[in-house]
This record gives sequence, structure tokens and C-alpha cells, in this order.
Amino acid sequence: MPAVSKGDGMRGLAVFISDIRNCKSKEAEIKRINKELANIRSKFKGDKALDGYSKKKYVCKLLFIFLLGHDIDFGHMEAVNLLSSNKYTEKQIGYLFISVLVNSNSELIRLINNAIKNDLSSRNPTFMCLALHCIANVGSREMAEAFAGEIPRILVAGDTMDSVKQSAALCLLRLYKTSPDLVLMGEWTSRVVHLLNDQHMGVVTAAISLITCLSQKNPDEFKTCVSLAVSRLSRIVSSASTDLQDYTYYFVPAPWLSCKLLRLLQCYPPPEDGAVKGRLVECLETILNKAQEPPKSKKVQHSNAKNAILFEAISLIIHYDSEPNLLVRACNQLGQFLQHRETNLRYLALESMCTLASSEFSHEAVKTHIETVINALKTERDVSVRQRAADLLYAMCDRSNAKQIVAEMLSYLETADYSIREEMVLKVAILAEKYAVDYSWYVDTILNLIRIAGDYVSEEVWYRVIQIVINRDDVQGYAAKTVFEALQAPACHENMVKVGGYILGEFGNLIAGDPRSSPLVQFNLLHSKFHLCSVPTRALLLSAYIKFINLFPETKSTIQEVLRSDSQIRNSDVELQQRAVEYLKLSSIASTDVLATVLEEMPPFPERESSILAKLKKKKGPGAVSVNELEEGKREGGELNGGGERGGDSSTSAVGSTPSPSADLLGLRAGPPVTAAAPSAGSLLVDVFSEAGVNDDGFLRFVCKNNGVLFENQLLQIGIKSEYRQNLGRMYLFYGNKTSVQFVTFTTTLNVQAKPVEPLIEGGAQVQQVINIECLTDFSDAPLLNIKFRYGGALQNLTLKLPVTINKFFQPTEMASHDFFQRWKQLSLPQQEAQKIFKANHAMDTEVLKAKLLGLGMALLENVDPNPENFVCAGVIQTKAQQVGSLLRLEPNAQAQMYRLTVRSSKDTVSKRLCELLAEQF
Amino acid sequence: MQFMLLFSRQGKLRLQKWYVPLSDKEKKKITRELVQTVLARKPKMCSFLEWRDLKIVYKRYASLYFCCAIEDQDNELITLEIIHRYVELLDKYFGSVCELDIIFNFEKAYFILDEFLLGGEAQETSKKNVLKAIEQADLLQENNNTSCSMGLLLS
Repeated sequence: MPAVSKGDGMRGLAVFISDIRNCKSKEAEIKRINKELANIRSKFKGDKALDGYSKKKYVCKLLFIFLLGHDIDFGHMEAVNLLSSNKYTEKQIGYLFISVLVNSNSELIRLINNAIKNDLSSRNPTFMCLALHCIANVGSREMAEAFAGEIPRILVAGDTMDSVKQSAALCLLRLYKTSPDLVLMGEWTSRVVHLLNDQHMGVVTAAISLITCLSQKNPDEFKTCVSLAVSRLSRIVSSASTDLQDYTYYFVPAPWLSCKLLRLLQCYPPPEDGAVKGRLVECLETILNKAQEPPKSKKVQHSNAKNAILFEAISLIIHYDSEPNLLVRACNQLGQFLQHRETNLRYLALESMCTLASSEFSHEAVKTHIETVINALKTERDVSVRQRAADLLYAMCDRSNAKQIVAEMLSYLETADYSIREEMVLKVAILAEKYAVDYSWYVDTILNLIRIAGDYVSEEVWYRVIQIVINRDDVQGYAAKTVFEALQAPACHENMVKVGGYILGEFGNLIAGDPRSSPLVQFNLLHSKFHLCSVPTRALLLSAYIKFINLFPETKSTIQEVLRSDSQIRNSDVELQQRAVEYLKLSSIASTDVLATVLEEMPPFPERESSILAKLKKKKGPGAVSVNELEEGKREGGELNGGGERGGDSSTSAVGSTPSPSADLLGLRAGPPVTAAAPSAGSLLVDVFSEAGVNDDGFLRFVCKNNGVLFENQLLQIGIKSEYRQNLGRMYLFYGNKTSVQFVTFTTTLNVQAKPVEPLIEGGAQVQQVINIECLTDFSDAPLLNIKFRYGGALQNLTLKLPVTINKFFQPTEMASHDFFQRWKQLSLPQQEAQKIFKANHAMDTEVLKAKLLGLGMALLENVDPNPENFVCAGVIQTKAQQVGSLLRLEPNAQAQMYRLTVRSSKDTVSKRLCELLAEQF
Repeated sequence: MQFMLLFSRQGKLRLQKWYVPLSDKEKKKITRELVQTVLARKPKMCSFLEWRDLKIVYKRYASLYFCCAIEDQDNELITLEIIHRYVELLDKYFGSVCELDIIFNFEKAYFILDEFLLGGEAQETSKKNVLKAIEQADLLQENNNTSCSMGLLLS
């Protein structure tokens, strides 16, 4: 049926659109549009009041012009007028215009909000839906301010129509996404969860998106949704394909809802309730079984919908990472897809298998598909699919297949698309190092890498090969021989010259016995590349030359001649000129002994302490890094590069050591990869946080200090910096990812409120979280910080005591001896005093003790106690509710290696707590 | 879903729907980039691609490309079927829909989309229910219309 008969065609609009389409050129089109704009403008400005229909028509034309890509700067007012029309069709166009052309003109926003408010309270479901659609489409902060309170009421009210509920749920979702602070949780939240049980499938479909988003932010408040979601899913999965009537899509029952349910479950750990879990596992098994059944339809829509559910189920299985049986079945299913004729399925299977590869339960199963994946890398015609295959090869690599995978990736590099080469190079470099048993293989691989894709080899990669060669004397001769051979090629990459210059400068002597690679031959070979290189490489080569003079005295005169030439000694580049001058002088005046000492072979780099790692340390925040480490980083950088620019580089970044999350390509600069530490192949999964309970090792270290490392293990380092004033405090938490793998869905929850932290930490990067603290009244229990994130496939869970102790809110109070004893006597009630006698844990050094007491936050009072060995302190704890004066006396007994600690406060709980805290400190 | 774009084989944008706040300039830039990327792909290639930090899901129906941007954790296949369901809705409403229907009745295409997807999430997946809502609205329009065309007759 022709479109015009639907509703009311606007003839003028159709004519205008036809005109535009008939325009032969862009100019003609612009001319026609300008004519129309002038016409509309005059109509809007004209004295004659326009009727609703004309207004609607013109607003619609403006909208069309805007959608063609032209700017529209008028007509908003007319559109707003349409909103208050009681003709549906006019209202609808008004709303459409507002939705598409949002304008944050405050005057208009007020009018728009007013119109929306009227429609929301109109009790006319069609109008209410229009208004809700508009809020959801615009989603501005002003709208959130106006309606975030109203919409939840509409959503859960008993008499709201289903269609309105659906719109309200998604409208609220949009507002929550843009202004989460304005959508307040409340009584409605529990009722929202129960919408999962609603009879109307459309309501469930809409509500579940809202519930999923809310659950991610407030998992505890919404956790009842898990069992509801499982039972809903179970009903859908077990229903016959016709049960759900119009919600069945190409014989698949409710595919959208099923996917959303499975997605919601991924916000939570596996259900604890055995019955719920059993039911869920049954669902997952059914979904896997259905994948094996013959298709009910040949249509691609049928298989897409069915497989959408399957992939979402596999995501959930991977998320749980606890059911070996399901993981292996998932892997086998994906294995079938790897050879499917649908490109889409091959792509998704490769992608999904990547995550399966990081689970210890399925790693081996994934590995069995290696040939298929290699084949995909070679034969897929779509680059995005090849990229997925390369990712999967990287993920499934371990010691057993590293050589094969690296070889395949290298050969792929020769023809790889430019867009993915750099990433491929890093991956090859990482795998080669991680799984190198035999270092000559490693050297070959990296040199091949430079040969094949030299332009994409970043500095980190060639620095690293040099560090490794220097540290392993069994490979030095081989490396020298190999670079010498590689340099024979008439055209070789500059990165090859750098590596060659450096290695021959250090170990050229190891191959000098062979007349084919005699010292002079080596030198001439290097020097033949000199003129083609950039300044930093030339600088490096000059350093190699002076090293040659030391290694091979017979080359001295030749090299001196080179250094003396005008092109060196008068080079316009300061760095090159200086090197030439200094090296020339050094070689002519220094004795052989001095020369040998100055130009001695480089000492081994501290194991794994690469210059790259030093960079990482700098990023770990001010609390965690000492000046020494920075200096070391600088020194190494300067030496290794030979160009000198790295020294400068690292000192500037030391100054700007802002701990912002900065991506580290592929974790090249990370510490030892966890897999390398675990000897068994394939045990990628390191569940280091699995021990239950609270970790409070770090806690006591912070009683007398405010900055430092609170927690550290193989994966994560948490640094703290904090400052306190009166009853307020601010704490900065730095979460550093020590691995080369992303931490995803990183969340922290505090049993008090905290600002959310970035949900994702790149490998080697760090994110910061700030916690503002206010001490309301005195307390004994520290706040607990719960940290959850996914590393590889595994969920990590960690609970730490946050080192916020009552003494942080001390204000020091200076007082004279007389005052002190007077107050001491005033606090004479037995419960006001707490006393402890304990053995010294550390050496009884007066200065250390003083520093600790000062760190405690009280004033350390001199000349108060008659016994000069004793320490007395005074301070006032500032809480919002009250101030608590406290006095302290610490009496060391050096002979017995014991202390007696006495604390008196105006509040008994404070005395007791201070005494407990301090007894562990000395 | 972050946005949906409909464009022709010649690269003409026919419909745009944004579910995240972006400036007009950014929208134009994204559109230009994506239209170019998608049109450059060959027919047998897969329907998904990584683009910036989003996943693009697209499908071609006759002369029109339907292209959605979804987030990392979103499901590609179900998005492909969202596209298909939308096409089905258009087809049912217009009766064998073609590009011209969407050009001349762009406002209807928007209304149908709003009934089906809201805020980037599926609101109602039943074809019957969506069309029922749209037809009810059309009915309201026709009632309005009667009075309107009478006015015209008289003038």
C-alpha cells in the first residue's frame, strides 16, 4: 500500500523532497534549500498566525534540511509550540524535531520540559510515550534534573500501561547513564527487579536493560535479580518454539530477551544457591545441546538468533570460569565454527576462543585448533578475520607451540596489512622472549623481525634484544655472528644497524678470529652504513667505533682518521661533533689501561630490570618509587641508546610522574610475565587472591605514616597517598597493573561511599582513585575496601583494610610540663586510661621512636617527663561529633627490651584503640 | 548501542539515530569515516569490524546499508538481527519498503525506530506490538486529518 495513505501525507513536504532529489548539482540543491529557508522564515515571521498543519509542515521541512547536513538556526520555538498542540500528529513532529535538534538554550529547555511534564501527567498513554521517548532521545542533564524523580514512579505504578512502562524503563536507563547522580535509588528499586517476572515479555525486555546497568553499579542492591533471571531464562530455554508467539523469532524463542538475561548474569559471580546454580547449568547445557540440533529453518536469521544466544551463553561460561565441562564443550562448539562457511561465525569464534585460551580449563582444548587457526591466518580474505586469528594464536601460545606460532606470525608479517604490523611485531617480540628456551632462537627471531618489518619495530623491542644478549654470555658470539651476516645485505634497516653497531662494539672480538669477519672488515661494514643513518644511530656508531679501538688496537689509526675527518669533527650536529672530538682525544691520550677501563664491556643489566621496567616504576606513583630507581633508569637509558636523548626523556617524565592510566602497548615494560613465573605450560590462570578473608598485612604499617605501598602481589600493586586536616582526610589509591594483560571490569567497593574507579586497567598502567574521608565520631574498625577485577578469564577478589585509623585525625597540642601533669591527673577515671606492656619488635633507637610518635600525629613534648628516656605526647582528635583530648606516655626499658605505653583520653574507646594500634608499632 | 546510521550505496545518509551525546561536528566526522569504511568493504566480508573502541555491525539491504555501533560487551549477532527486525518493521509498514519510502517518509522511519529501540536498547521486539503502536498513532492522525481536509475543501 502506498505510503501516502498512511496517516496524513504532507504534500508540500513531498514536493520539496522531490525538488531536492531532482537537483542536478550540489549548487542547485543549496539554492533550492536557501529558497525554502527564506520562505519558511517569512512564514514564521509573518503576521498571519499559522495553523498547526502549516507549522508542522514547515518544521518537518526544516528537519529534512537538517538531516541533509545543513545547519538550522531557527524554528525551535515553532517546534516547541507544536509540543503543546492537542493534535497527536503535530505533537509528534514537534517532539521529533526536539529529539533530533537538541538545543541547550535554557529558555527553550524550560518550555520543552514544561510540555513534557504536561504530557507525562496527561494519563494519555500515547502522549506519555511520546514524552518519554523525547527524554530518552535527548537525555540532557536538565531533563534528568526535571524528571529523574518522576519516571521511577511511572515505572512502578500499578496502573501504568505496559507500553508506558517499557518506555519509562529505557528512559530511566538513558538518564542514569548520563547523570547517575540524579537517579536516586529508593523503594522503587526492589520493585524494578520484580519486573523480571512481568507477564508481558516486552516489559521484561525493556526493564532488563535498566536492571543490568543498575546492577553493574550497585550489585548488592540488585542481587535478587540473579535467581529471577535464571528462572526466566530457564522458562524461555525450555519452551517450545511456538509458545512465545510473537516473541519467537524465526523459531527461536525470545532471542533478545535471552541474550539480555545471559548478559545480566555476567554482572554476578556464579549463584551460591545450589538449586539456582543447577538450574542455570541446565540452561547452559540446553543451549549448547541446541547448537547441535539440525536447524529448524534455513534462514540466516534463524541461525543468527540461535547463535547469538549461544555466544552469550559462552561468554557467561567464560565469565564463571569454574565449570571445566562447560568450558571444554564451549571450546569444541567454537572449534566447529572455525570452519563454518559463514564468515561472521568464523570471526566470532576466533574472538571468543581468545578468552577461552586464558582459562586453565580450556587452554589445552583451544590449542588443539592451532592448525585451523594458522590456516585462517593464511587464507582468510577479510583482514579483520585474519586479525582475530593472529590474536588467537597469540593467546594460545605457550612453551609447547611457541616456535611454530612465532614462525607462522613472522611469515604472515611479510604480507600483513600495514595497519596491524606494529601490533604483530610486538606480539612476536613478546612471545619470542617469553618462551625462549634457546636464546639463539630468540636472537634469530628478533633479527628476522627487524629484517621483515623494521619500520614497525619500536625502540623497546631492540633495546630488549640488546639487554638480553648482554646478560647471556652463551648467546653473545652467536649474536655477533648473526648481526654481522645480517649487515651484509645491501639494504638493511636502520634498526638492524643500531643492533649491529651495539653488539659488534661489545662482542665483535668473539668473531674476529675468522678472517672473513676480521676487525677491519667489521668496521668497514658498519661504516658503510653510517652515511645512510639518522643522527642518533650515527652517535651510536661513533660509540661502537671507540669501542673497536679498545677491542682491536689494529683498527685505531683507521678509526682515528674517520673521527678526524671534517664531516665528523666539524659536524653541524652538536652531539656528533662532541662525540667525535672526545673519542678522538680519548683514543690519542689515554693509555691502553685507561682505555680498557673506560671502554670495558657493559656490565650485565640487573635481571629483568630493563630500562622499560624503570619507566613502569616511575608510573607507580610518588609513594612507591625512590629517587635511586629513577636515577638508575636514567643511567641505563642513556647508555643503551648511545644517542643521549633518552636520558633527557626519562628525567622529564620523572618530573611529570602523574599516575594517570597510560596504555603500555603490550606490556613490554611490565615485570616478569606471570606465565613465565609459573613453570607448567598453560597455567595462565593465576588466582592469587583466592584466599578468603581480609588481608590486613599492610594496614599496621600505616599507623604512623601516610604514604606507601598498601598491597602488592604478582598482579597488582596498590599504593596510598593520604593527607589529613582536622576531621577531614583525602586518600589517593593507586592501582597498578603489573602484568601485560588488561584488568577488566575493575571495581572497588568500600563499605563507605567512594567515587567509582576506572573499570579497566591496561597492562602496565595505573589508575587512581580518590577517597574523601570525614571522621564523624571515634571508631575502631577500619573501612574495608573490596577490589574485584578480571585478569585473563579469572575473577580476582580482594578485601583490604583501608589504613584509616583514629590517630589520623590528631591535632598536635603543645603544652608545658605543668599543664601536662595537670591534665593527666584530670583524666583519672580508670576507664579513661589504657595501658600495655610489650616487648620491643624493633631496635630501641631514640630517633626512630621520635619519628614514629610524630608520625602518629600528636605533639611530642620535650622536657616534660622527669625521666629523659621517656616520651610524652599530647593531641586532640578531631571528629565531627566531638573533640577527644589524648595524652600519651611511652616508657622504654632498654635493658629488658620492653615498653610500657599509657594512654589517657577523655573517651575510653579512644584510649583503648590508640593503645592497641601503637602496641604493634615499636 | 551507541548509534545507528542508514546510508545509500552512494554514501547518502538516509537516517541517523544517536544514543550518546555528541556534537554535530563529531557526528558528521563519524558518519563520513564510517560510510567510507563500510562502503569500501567487499560483499563477502564479515559484517563486523572494530572501529575505534567500538564494534561496528552492518548489513546491506538492496541499495541501503544499515550500520550500528555497539560496545565491547554487546552481542554482534543479536545486533544483526535488530537490524533485520527493523527492516521487517519498515517492510510491513510501508509494504515492500524501498529506499524512496524512507526518503519521503523519514519521520515515519524515526517513529518506528523509537517504538522498537529506545535509548539504544530493544524496547519491544514483537513485530505485532510495534506495528500496533504505530497504527494507533496513524489512526489518531487520520481523525485529525478528517477535520483538516474538510477545511481544505471549503477554502
